[in-house]
This record gives sequence, C-alpha cells and structure tokens, in this order.
Amino acid sequence: MAKGCFHNLREWIDQRLPVSKFFREHLTHYYAPKNFNLLYFFGSLALLVLINQIVTGIFLAMHYKPDAGLAFDSLEYIMRDVNWGWLLRYMHSTGASAFFIVIYLHMFRALFYGSYKKPRELVWLFGMVIFLLLMAEAFMGYLLPWGQMSYWGAQVIISLFGAIPVIGEDLATWIRGDYVVADATLNRFFALHVVAIPLLILILVVFHLAALHTVGSNNPDGIEIKEKKNAEGIPLDGIPFHPYYTVKDCFGAAVFAFFFAWIVFYAPEMGGYFLEHPNFEPANPMRTPEHIAPVWYFTPFYSILRSIPNKVGGVFAMGGAIFFLFLLPWLDRCTVRSIRYRGPYYKTALTVFVLSFIGLGVLGTKPVTMTTTFLARFFTLNYFAFFFLMPWYTRLDRTKPVPERLTEAVIPLAKREGFGWRWVRRGLAAIESSEKYRRLRSQFDLQLGKAKEWYEKKQ
Amino acid sequence: MRRLAGFLLMSLTGVAWAVESIIPVQEVDVDVFDRDSLRRGAITYVNYCQGCHSLKHLRYSRMAKDLKIDDELLEKEFLRGQAKPHDSMFTAMAGSDAEAWFGIAPPDLSLIARSRDPDWIYSYLRGFYLDPSQPNGVNNAFFREVAMPNVFAPLQGTQKPVVKREGGVEAIVGLELAEAGSLSPQEFDAMVADLVNFLVYASEPAQLDRLRLGKYVIAWLILVMVLMYRLKKEYWKDVH
Repeated sequence: MAKGCFHNLREWIDQRLPVSKFFREHLTHYYAPKNFNLLYFFGSLALLVLINQIVTGIFLAMHYKPDAGLAFDSLEYIMRDVNWGWLLRYMHSTGASAFFIVIYLHMFRALFYGSYKKPRELVWLFGMVIFLLLMAEAFMGYLLPWGQMSYWGAQVIISLFGAIPVIGEDLATWIRGDYVVADATLNRFFALHVVAIPLLILILVVFHLAALHTVGSNNPDGIEIKEKKNAEGIPLDGIPFHPYYTVKDCFGAAVFAFFFAWIVFYAPEMGGYFLEHPNFEPANPMRTPEHIAPVWYFTPFYSILRSIPNKVGGVFAMGGAIFFLFLLPWLDRCTVRSIRYRGPYYKTALTVFVLSFIGLGVLGTKPVTMTTTFLARFFTLNYFAFFFLMPWYTRLDRTKPVPERLTEAVIPLAKREGFGWRWVRRGLAAIESSEKYRRLRSQFDLQLGKAKEWYEKKQ
Repeated sequence: MRRLAGFLLMSLTGVAWAVESIIPVQEVDVDVFDRDSLRRGAITYVNYCQGCHSLKHLRYSRMAKDLKIDDELLEKEFLRGQAKPHDSMFTAMAGSDAEAWFGIAPPDLSLIARSRDPDWIYSYLRGFYLDPSQPNGVNNAFFREVAMPNVFAPLQGTQKPVVKREGGVEAIVGLELAEAGSLSPQEFDAMVADLVNFLVYASEPAQLDRLRLGKYVIAWLILVMVLMYRLKKEYWKDVH
C-alpha cells in the first residue's frame, strides 16, 4: 500500500518534472571507470566541503556583524555566547583550509592522469574558474574577522592592484571603496563573500559537472571506456556511479570527516596556519604587524610575487602563475594522458613542478632573507618552466603503449618499472629478510591469532 | 637650545641603557582542566590585573559556571562595585585616564593567550627588572621599554639584570633577585603559572567543551568509517 502510494507520487512528479530521468542519467545509469583510486575521492570531497561552508556560513552570518566597529567583537560573541557558535566557526575556518587541500589534490590528480586533455578541456576550464572564485571567496572571507592579519593582509593584496599601469590606483580605490581598507571594504567583502561569489561557485560547479557527465570521467589509465561497449551499449569497464561510487565516496567522506574533526576539536588553529595568531588582535590601522603573511594556501603565489624585484612584474608573475594553468590542455602535446604511460620527461617535469609549488608555499610563510629570495626565484623559474617548455618536452617524450582495457586502480609494487621502484623493492626485501622484522612479524601474528580466537569465542 | 641639549642627553642615556636581552622564553605547564589552578589565577586576575586590563569577552557568570565558583565566592572575591553576575569583566579605569597615566591604554586581555604564546606571557610577567632610565623605573626582558609597571613587585620583590659581554656586545643573560618580596620565587612562579592558565582559559572558554567532546566525535567517526568500509566492500564484491 505504502509502496504503491510512493510509486504514484513518483509517477505524478515524473509527468511534470523529469526527476527519475535525471537520477537515471546522472547516477544509476551514469557509467564511471571501475578503477578509480585514492586521488579520485577529492572531487566529491570538494562538494562536501562546499556544502559544509555554505551551511556553517549561513548560521555564522546570522550572528556576525559586518561593521568595522563590531565585527571583531561579534566573532568573539559567536565563539562564547552563541550556542555551538565555536563549533560553527571552527568548522568554517577549518573548512576553508580543507577546501584548498582538497582542491590542490584534485588539481594534482588532473595533472597526474592528464584529465584536462581532449575532450575534457571545458571540465578543466570550469574547474579553473572555480579555483579562481574560491581564492576570491577565501580572501574576502579572511577580512571578515577584522583582526590584524585580516586587515593588513587585505591592505597588501588590494594595493597590488595599484601596481597595474595607468588604472591601478583608481582600481584599488574602487575595490576598497575608500583610500584605505575600512568599513566600506568590510561591508562589500561581506556582501561578495556571502552572496555573489558562492552563487557563482554553485553555478560553475553545475557547469563543471555537466561538462564532466557529457564526456565521462577520465581514469588512472587515461583511456576512454566508451570505446569498448557491450551489446546493450554499456561500457565494459564502466560501473554505475550509484550505488558503486556513492557508497565508496561515503567511505571517503567518513575518513575525511575523521581528520576534519580531529583538527576542529584538537587543533583548530593548526599551529597558527589555519588561524593566525596576530588575527586574535583587533585590526589596528595605526600599527602595522612586523611580518605580514597570507594564509598558507596563498603562500605559493605570494612567494612568486615577492621573488620578482619589480612590483608590476611581481603582480603579473603572480597572475601568470594562475593564468598558465588555464592553458594546460593546449600546452600539452603528448598523445597519452596518464602518467602511467608517459615518458621520463613529463615525470621529471611534474615532480619538479610539485616540489617547486610546495617549496614556494613554505617560503611564503617565512620572512624574506637572501637565501629565501634566492630559493624563491629558483622555484619560480621551475614553476614557469613547467608551462613554457611543455609543448616541447611533452611532444619529444618516449611514451609507452596504452592498454585496450582498464588495468589496476593502484599498480602493485611488484609490477612497477623503473630505477626508483627497483630500489624500493630491494629495500623492502632487505627489511623483510632481517631477523628483527621476522621476530616482530611472528609476535604480531601470534597476537592477531589470540585476538581472533577471543573474538570467535565471544560470538 | 636647552631643550635640544636635554633631548640629546635623554637620547644618549637611552642609547646607554638599550642593552638587548637574550634570555630565552621559559615554558609553563598549562592545564585548563585544573579548576583549582584556574580559580587561583582568576582571583589573582581580579586583584592585580583587572584594575587596568578588562577581560571584556568573558562574563562573570560564564567564568563562575566553568570554574565552579559558587555565588557566595563570586560575590565576595569577584564582583566589585556595581558589577552584576551577567556583566562582562570590564575594568573600572577609564581609557582616557589610562592614556594620560601610561601613555597608552592597557589592552583588553580576553584573547591575549591566543595572540601571544602562553610561555611568552609567563616569561614576560616574571621578566621585570630595575631600570632607572625608564619612567616606571622598570624594564622588561621580553617586552623592551614596556609602559606597564611591575604590579607584582610586592610579591616577587625586585630583580636586577645580569649583563654579560658576548662577542663584543653587552646583553642581558639573566635576572637575579635584588630585594626579596613577600612570596618565595617558587610560590611566585606558581602564582604566575596559575594566572597564565586562567588567561588561556579566558581566551577560549569553549575549549573546555571542545576538548571534552572531541573524543566522542572521533570515536563515532571511526565507527562510521568501519561501517562505510564494510558497506563498500559488500557492494563492490561483484566488481572485478
């Protein structure tokens, strides 16, 4: 009876709105490659963090006051007097950092498996626009607590627009709404942070997913599963997104939530990286802090800015560092997508690029010295070389033959080729044959056996 | 001309006394679940600090609830003048007076333990020493030329710097007692540690809930993780 009732309701809705059709096309009959690995969790996790930011953000906005005289105190009011306000605030602030961790890994996945390559150029471009919006969203959100670092960080970053020739100064004043960062700036940043940019991000997420579902997901092998279909037109190596990947992503979400909760409850400041110590001091336009550093997720770009001796040059280099990412699908001339079948040139280039990015990030948190400037310039050079030389090294690379069908999600160690992996295998073999390891192993097996026995007895 | 000469003389003495301090910051044990320590620190705060420094983000009632201070004790030790239990812990000193007397208004200390390291606060409060060149007659090894007088002098006694010449530069390497106060050094250090503990609590009263709840949330999420893993295994067993 109840089932019939539900069925009738679904019929009624489907005749008026294609809900069932939508679920079929995008979940139960959307076929995804079956060999997704760890790196494929970060797309759904980004969506989870986005939802977390929106929900906690709505509740925070109910108690926050976007007013230069009240903002700082209203935050402490949330932290102390609002029921569960501290939890909302820490979930939001930790969520901001988590968003960038997840997005950087999501982007790395694209570089690793060539997910930006034809026919997924639009997926990549929409994603890049989301990344750009996310940076704007984070930057504007960071002003809202109206602490010392909020204030002076915004002062420094907005003044960068002043470096643009001819229109620069007017543009910076237009953005601030005043000659210095002030109440007008706070108020407009609040409006942009809670309405305009989240709205744009949501629209672009829809575009990002729509483009993805048009071309289908890439995979660790970088081959098209649509090319090998069975008689019913279903990809041989595809599995329905729902329930296979929904249930898998739920597991990923649980693991993520575990780490997230750990930070929220035990280290919300994350040693001064997620919440900076000077930001617990109210903004004081009369006193500049000794050392102004952006939050950790902006430090790679901040490092590039600082490494160029000329201000205009620095601003353009920082812009270029993001702009060249947009061009990746056209700079990459390689015929294969996945790192598994690419040659040594791309592997080396990607390693250097990732190390440079991390290096720039670390340097961006440190005060400038001769050594840090030298290193930052070295890393900046490597960062741009990755893009500038890409058309050549990707074309000249010695690629390996690509398989017809999907292979493993993670290649087992025994099958891995190359110099480095041979050494890893030798090292592991040496450890395994050592007396100490064998003793530990037998102890472990003994204890495990005991635990199993106890468990079975209890049942 | 006389004013210029006076200025030059003053700047000269300033230069003569600008000896850097290289005393390392001392560590302090902080435990916000030690209620006795927090209560002792809170009483020290209202008696020695609140005269100048507000704690405007903390209410007496919240503190009483968290520190298990009963109404009688709250009335006797904490509520001064017109203060009511639900009031914030403001200071009686007007900001304009403070600026006239000290040259700068004493900062609110609600978040001091978050903007500054607790170890630094502990070292700073114990770091005052006699320095005749300063308006208050004291300087601080961790906050050079600080405007704050040493309010703990009657308890701590007075200290004088131990100056050593290292690599051709004179530096303060330690502080020694010049005149004993009413507390022994151990008693005084314990008192300051309690005060720092209280400031750490005051900077985030919610940490008591946060740290208490964390383990339950983590335990629950581990359970969810295990369940989700088994669910995933169950669904995926036919995928090869």
